[in-house]
Amino acid sequence: MKNKAFAVLAAIGCLLFASTAFADQPFDWQKGLQPAATSIMEEIRWFEQYTLWFIVPITLFVLALLIVVVVKFREGANPVPSKTSHNTAIEVVWTLGPVIVLLFLAVPSFQLLTKQLAPTEEPELTIKATGYQWYWGYEYQVGESPLSFDSILLQEGDRAAAGKEDKGVYPRLLAVDNEVVVPVGKHVRLLVTAADVIHAFAMPSFGVKIDAVPGRLNETWFKADREGLFYGQCSELCGKDHAFMPIAIRVVSQEKYDTWLAAAATNLGDANKALMASVDDAAKAVNVAANAAQ
Amino acid sequence: MAGTSAAHGDHHDHHEHKPLTFFQRWFLSTNHKDIGTLYLIFAICAGIIGGTLSVVMRMELQEPGIQIFHGLAQMVYGFEGDAAIDGGKHMFNVFTTAHALIMIFFMVMPALIGGFANWMVPIMIGAPDMAFPRMNNISFWLIIPAFLLVLLSMFVEGPAGAYGAGGGWTIYPPFSTSGQPGPAMDFVILGLHIAGASSILGAINFITTILNMRAPGMTLHKMPLFAWSVLITAFLLLLSLPVLAGGITMLLTDRNFGTAFFAPENGGDPILFQHLFWFFGHPEVYILILPGFGIVSHIVSTFSRKPIFGYLGMAYAMVAIGAVGFIVWAHHMYTVGMSLDTQRYFVFATMVIAVPTGVKIFSWIATMWGGSIRFTTPMVWAIGFIFLFTVGGVTGVQLANAGLDRALHDTYYVVAHFHYVLSLGAVFAIFAAWYYWFPKMTGYMYSEFLGKLHFWVMFVGVNLIFFPQHFLGLAGMPRRYIDYPDAFAGWNAVSSYGSYISAFAVVIFLFGVFEAFAKKRIAGDNPWGEGANTLEWQLSSPPPFHQWEQLPKIK
Repeated sequence: MKNKAFAVLAAIGCLLFASTAFADQPFDWQKGLQPAATSIMEEIRWFEQYTLWFIVPITLFVLALLIVVVVKFREGANPVPSKTSHNTAIEVVWTLGPVIVLLFLAVPSFQLLTKQLAPTEEPELTIKATGYQWYWGYEYQVGESPLSFDSILLQEGDRAAAGKEDKGVYPRLLAVDNEVVVPVGKHVRLLVTAADVIHAFAMPSFGVKIDAVPGRLNETWFKADREGLFYGQCSELCGKDHAFMPIAIRVVSQEKYDTWLAAAATNLGDANKALMASVDDAAKAVNVAANAAQ
Repeated sequence: MAGTSAAHGDHHDHHEHKPLTFFQRWFLSTNHKDIGTLYLIFAICAGIIGGTLSVVMRMELQEPGIQIFHGLAQMVYGFEGDAAIDGGKHMFNVFTTAHALIMIFFMVMPALIGGFANWMVPIMIGAPDMAFPRMNNISFWLIIPAFLLVLLSMFVEGPAGAYGAGGGWTIYPPFSTSGQPGPAMDFVILGLHIAGASSILGAINFITTILNMRAPGMTLHKMPLFAWSVLITAFLLLLSLPVLAGGITMLLTDRNFGTAFFAPENGGDPILFQHLFWFFGHPEVYILILPGFGIVSHIVSTFSRKPIFGYLGMAYAMVAIGAVGFIVWAHHMYTVGMSLDTQRYFVFATMVIAVPTGVKIFSWIATMWGGSIRFTTPMVWAIGFIFLFTVGGVTGVQLANAGLDRALHDTYYVVAHFHYVLSLGAVFAIFAAWYYWFPKMTGYMYSEFLGKLHFWVMFVGVNLIFFPQHFLGLAGMPRRYIDYPDAFAGWNAVSSYGSYISAFAVVIFLFGVFEAFAKKRIAGDNPWGEGANTLEWQLSSPPPFHQWEQLPKIK
């Protein structure tokens, strides 16, 4: 608590050096959208930057006009006010100008919207997510007996037993006991509903957010283009533990996914541990290779 | 805008009745100015309560983890141990809910519509009072029980084993029906019903007054813009509030009488409520800001000593904003699972609103352009309003795009956006109006230094609160969270410090009011000079108990 103010100031100074160390979860002093792991999020990120190219200059333009007015037309500088109260030409300009700006925004906006809601590919895997007070339930619609499990916030006391001591990889309030596991590069259809009150399934890195409404089956999709562990959080107020029902998706190779799925059918806990070990081994192998190359 | 040719010499009371007792004057009032004063006092009290709730929330959010709400729950509700943690988590949601309801229904609306519009619209249009003075009184006295019901709801059972209604001001079912079976939500619903009835009565009163009681010669196209803004606001209230009343009545019967309008297990649909709510809710946000538009127009014109630029364009821009405001509601619902074509329509309709809003911003600047500007306290607040409202407006244009809103919906980006247009827009307009009309309403001049100090402290404070929330929202921090991943700690701390600075600004405001009444500097009939040419400046300060006993004639 003490020195907090100083720490804040120091941290503001460090802002420019803020890194994307943990790319698939929020990071300290983050100022923009999370890095993309799907082409949809790539486009959302692009479109957000694109809108900034309009709204920031417009805001600065208004600010500049206000500064000019304040400097040039203060009483001391301009003691006799003009009596102008109409100018049709300029009124037409500032009505049509924004219309043109909006057209420039609307075209890519509608393209993005269409891509989100009208996917062109057939789904290769369907997962149903159900929101409960206050955790998520998942159901894999595969084979004859669908795999289903609950995904609950990782309790601090369970970290060691779960092998999730690393808070960089398994952050407080984001890590769960059982992650959703999906294969990389595959079109995943997500069916979302809720059992009690409205929740919302959100995965920032995927550009996915859809409400989980009791009595409704909402559909969305994603196609992760890289492996990793991705975090999201419930995004519709659902009661006292609204802030404590995160969403975690682990994207792995098809091969690892197949192994996990086969093992999960009998013992989910062991399957998850085996998957974590193989992901860690792969990461170590990459590191070793990188070191060797140096 | 309108000059008078008639004599307006009745500066003292031409009152023929016996002098009123205190009780008669303030509790049985039929005088629009006294009722306006009551509304303003009420709004200040409600604003302090609603503001306190927000500061407590910011204290909680200053650091990751749960800092104070378990203690609060222990103190207020008597929970112990783990129950205090759970009670505290729900209590945080109760605070967000109550903060929103209080600020919207019991601070901004009473201040702008009940307070300033009640005070100034009859005077500005040359009318002796409102059309229905007794109805005006009941409008005010209905809002008190409504407010008490909302406050009381915080102390009765909500969800099993917890207190208060914590569903957000949007009270979406099923969380507001089966999710919170206790009576707290019924208190809130009844409170909203009564506040809605109060507003509908007020809206009828304003529409009747403005359409029938304008002074001879004051055509609609000569009417001051504040009266225009209130007329449009009144129509929005009249058309949107019955829809809310219908929606929350269905909520009430779902909760208590076994109906299933919104209960999916019996064939109802929770999304139906969202459509009904936002059909009211979107016009409601324009109800909050339109009177501010009118006020800012007057202040900018007065202190630039120039007539309002593009008067008709300004009036009809507000008409357009009000009309289009009724057909954009589902942009609050992009993530509920609407079809592609529905979302396309709401994106398009929402973007249209940027055009009349742009007309207003540019017309205010054009009003100042070529003027001879004095930077008095109200003018400084008005200029601050124009800039900050622009910032809130452009982020609104971003959020209008369903494709981008997918990433930002229900995050702090939305919180930042609507606080820029409301907390920094509507509230700045309220303070601008306060400093503009305070000398007229009380007859006393406030300290210019304290007024400007209030502005600068508030300006720094609210920007510190809300600008970093854009970053939090982009990074993905969801709204209405009592605790957040540690990565969000930095900007949350900055935001909380801003909140303390803003709270200090409110103290300066209250001290400024006290100082003005203590020093009793006589303001004079028109402290603002030749730029102030609406009718209220031709009356004494404070105006006589009944004004315009001889109607002014408008040239």
